[in-house]
Amino acid sequence: MAGPDGTGPLELRFPARPDELRGMRDALRERLRAWQLDEECASDVVMAVDEACQNVIRHAYRGEPGGVIELEVRCAGDELQIAVRDFAPPVDPARIRPRPLDELRPGGLGTHLIRSTMDHTEFVKPPSGRGNLLRMVKRFARRGAAGA
Amino acid sequence: MKHSVKEERGSVVVSFAGEVDLEHSPKAREILLEHVGRRRRVLVDLSEVDYIDSSGIASLVEAFQKAKKTGVGFALAAPNPAALRVLELARLDRVFRIFATVEEGLDAGG
Repeated sequence: MAGPDGTGPLELRFPARPDELRGMRDALRERLRAWQLDEECASDVVMAVDEACQNVIRHAYRGEPGGVIELEVRCAGDELQIAVRDFAPPVDPARIRPRPLDELRPGGLGTHLIRSTMDHTEFVKPPSGRGNLLRMVKRFARRGAAGA
Repeated sequence: MKHSVKEERGSVVVSFAGEVDLEHSPKAREILLEHVGRRRRVLVDLSEVDYIDSSGIASLVEAFQKAKKTGVGFALAAPNPAALRVLELARLDRVFRIFATVEEGLDAGG
């Protein structure tokens, strides 16, 4: 079904590999433009989804080939509802919690970036029981809106 | 991601262009560590970087730490607003020396 702006949800299914992320980001950017998100908000969403997919590649599939990521982004009013799904063995969310930022060391930043740009994030049990499902919500301003 | 390297006024300017993401950050890391290892001041030109993610930022952090340990200068120049935002969210804008332009970064070196 078409959304309020003539575009339905974005649904992507792609191999869980670093070289697939650029195509995902391009497709997501294009859809966010169609939904008229302001540029800064769109950048944050693209980054958060990219970081969530990176967590899947690194922590769920642990770099093993053959994994798949399913991404769904839905626009409902002034809210984006995002779901990132994988089919890897369940990951303990504690393993990918944000690290304290005063420890200056490479890595571990992705989860912090997600939490600081999204309004809500939670791991839920996938409907079919397999894998991991991260739900994120972002409230957004449209391009050209007052205050944007 | 593309990159180029030039020496200018005692600094090695490493310029990246395009997307420094999970696919390309291992290469960025290798390039940065190589130049920091040569004991010359490194100025990382980010002006042509459209996108940088946590793995790209991690490469910068690692090179910065190696530079600090070995007493080599290390600074960033000309991040676009998106790159600067990621650095700010990571609270690294207070850790790195960041110059608005490459020129300013070169002036401050030596």
